Amino acid sequence: MLRYIVNRLLQAVIAIFGVLTIVFVVMHLSGDPTLLLVPQDASAEVIANLRRQLGFDRPIGVQYLDYLGDLLRLDFGTSVVQRVPVSQIVAARVPYTIELAAGALAVALGLGIPIGVVMATRRGGWIERGLTAVVVTGQSVPTFLSGILLIAIFGVLLRWLPTSGTGSISALVMPSIALGSVSMATFARMTRIAILDELGKDYVRAATARGMRMDQTILRHVLRNASIPLITITALEIGNLLAGAVIIETVFAWPGIGLLAIQSIQARDFLVVQMIVLLISVVYVLTSVLADLIYGFVDPRIRLMR
Amino acid sequence: MAIITFPLPRPRLPQMPLSVVLVAILFVVIVVLAVLAPWIAPQDPNDQSLLARLRPPGYTYRDVTYLLGTDDLGRDLLSRVLYGARISLAVSVLSVAVSTVVGVSLGMVAGWYRGWVETLIMRAVDIMMSIPAILLAVLTVAVLGPGFIKLVLVLGLTRWPRYTRVAFGQTLTVAGLPFIRASELAGAGAGRILIHHILPNIAGPILIVATAEFGLMILFESGLSFLGLGIQPPTPSWGSIMSVGRQYLERAPWIVFVPGACLFLLVFSVNVLGDWLRDWIDPRSRSR
Repeated sequence: MLRYIVNRLLQAVIAIFGVLTIVFVVMHLSGDPTLLLVPQDASAEVIANLRRQLGFDRPIGVQYLDYLGDLLRLDFGTSVVQRVPVSQIVAARVPYTIELAAGALAVALGLGIPIGVVMATRRGGWIERGLTAVVVTGQSVPTFLSGILLIAIFGVLLRWLPTSGTGSISALVMPSIALGSVSMATFARMTRIAILDELGKDYVRAATARGMRMDQTILRHVLRNASIPLITITALEIGNLLAGAVIIETVFAWPGIGLLAIQSIQARDFLVVQMIVLLISVVYVLTSVLADLIYGFVDPRIRLMR
Repeated sequence: MAIITFPLPRPRLPQMPLSVVLVAILFVVIVVLAVLAPWIAPQDPNDQSLLARLRPPGYTYRDVTYLLGTDDLGRDLLSRVLYGARISLAVSVLSVAVSTVVGVSLGMVAGWYRGWVETLIMRAVDIMMSIPAILLAVLTVAVLGPGFIKLVLVLGLTRWPRYTRVAFGQTLTVAGLPFIRASELAGAGAGRILIHHILPNIAGPILIVATAEFGLMILFESGLSFLGLGIQPPTPSWGSIMSVGRQYLERAPWIVFVPGACLFLLVFSVNVLGDWLRDWIDPRSRSR
């Protein structure tokens, strides 16, 4: 078990290091990162000064080591546009995105898992076909379309829910549904597969042979075993929800880091964008590590492995 | 020159359930309309008519009937949506092609040579997969600036890892089969074996990945264009038309919902066909 944990953590460190490298490369793709940090009408002199000040005139290797060093000390730089530490700008917006992602995850889990269970247990009927259509629809509707559709129906037409803004549960409802619908489809599919995998196993037949009713077997045994692969899926989906926030926060003017990323791209404040990409990617890596550790903990086959 | 022939039944013509046939027809119709856009579009998609702004579907002005209404600059929405379909399909098909070529080559090379080549490539795959793709695409497109070719390359080069994983696993399986050993003994080089013997045998699973990615690429393109990072106005793209239409949701909801419905129908048909294709190529997945 200890070896498993250490191994997994080591992989995560390599992944995070790789993420930092990719983001560094992307930021340098344009040739001169200075141009990403100044307003478009900045004079050549201002740009040259800033380039020297930020060290972008040094050899690329030195810049890279410097970049890694700064990030290790959790120094994300200072916004040239706002003259405030980038970490401060981002931190102020993080709670909103957490709130939205939590709402979306609740929608995705709360709808996706029951749908998956029903699809796996009521096979070959109209119910399964109907739910399959719901799942494929959830997968095919772009989040911004479902967001706008919700706004049009519940915000504009019926005036039940606020179309933007934060601070109340009612404001959270529509963005959560719009953002969570894609994950809902994923959870439904994965739950269905996990349960069907379990239903083919011997212990299910044994339970049936003992005279246990099918719904009892599913509730008592199958669901517990099927939930193990779902832990990994949940971790992956948390990352996807955070990334999807970029679009959905724009639709609902939700002041989280997704909207901040888009606003910062428009304001050419790329250090902020860089930090948001790094932050979400690191969270993505860490949640998947955490999922594997939980997985190892709840599944004795892994826990007892030496 | 296979030495062992497997007594597999010849694949018969695919049996499609009626619902899948209907969806396939829908997909073909969208593709045909997109291809024929320059000939069937009633108007120039960029022709503005400021006296006919935000008109509802069916509105006629100076002998011109706008079947699907007009947008905020009085442009014919039907024509813009038809041309938008071209953009959507062109970007997604090309970026799927880029990521298939890159991903499959890397996966086959990793599976054939093993050793440090495998370690290097598969580590890169793990790392690429730990950045959410849409985020990487947003950052890269924002850094590079807009442009059709750039968009295709960015989307293609952020989504290759899934192909690599599948191609790698499949190559490992196929590389162990006797006929590969035989052609090696017959003097075939690595390139020949990979392209002539391994690639045809791993094409099925790759096709499954490619169709799933195709739907995703359509969503990515429209999402980036919606954020103002993809295809730039005045070139019509469903995503950018919708981002303008969002501002006129109350006065002219058709600007959002016409391209939105097209987008949904296209992605929906691609996903349904992809699911069906997966069940057909890999019948074991049907039970799942």
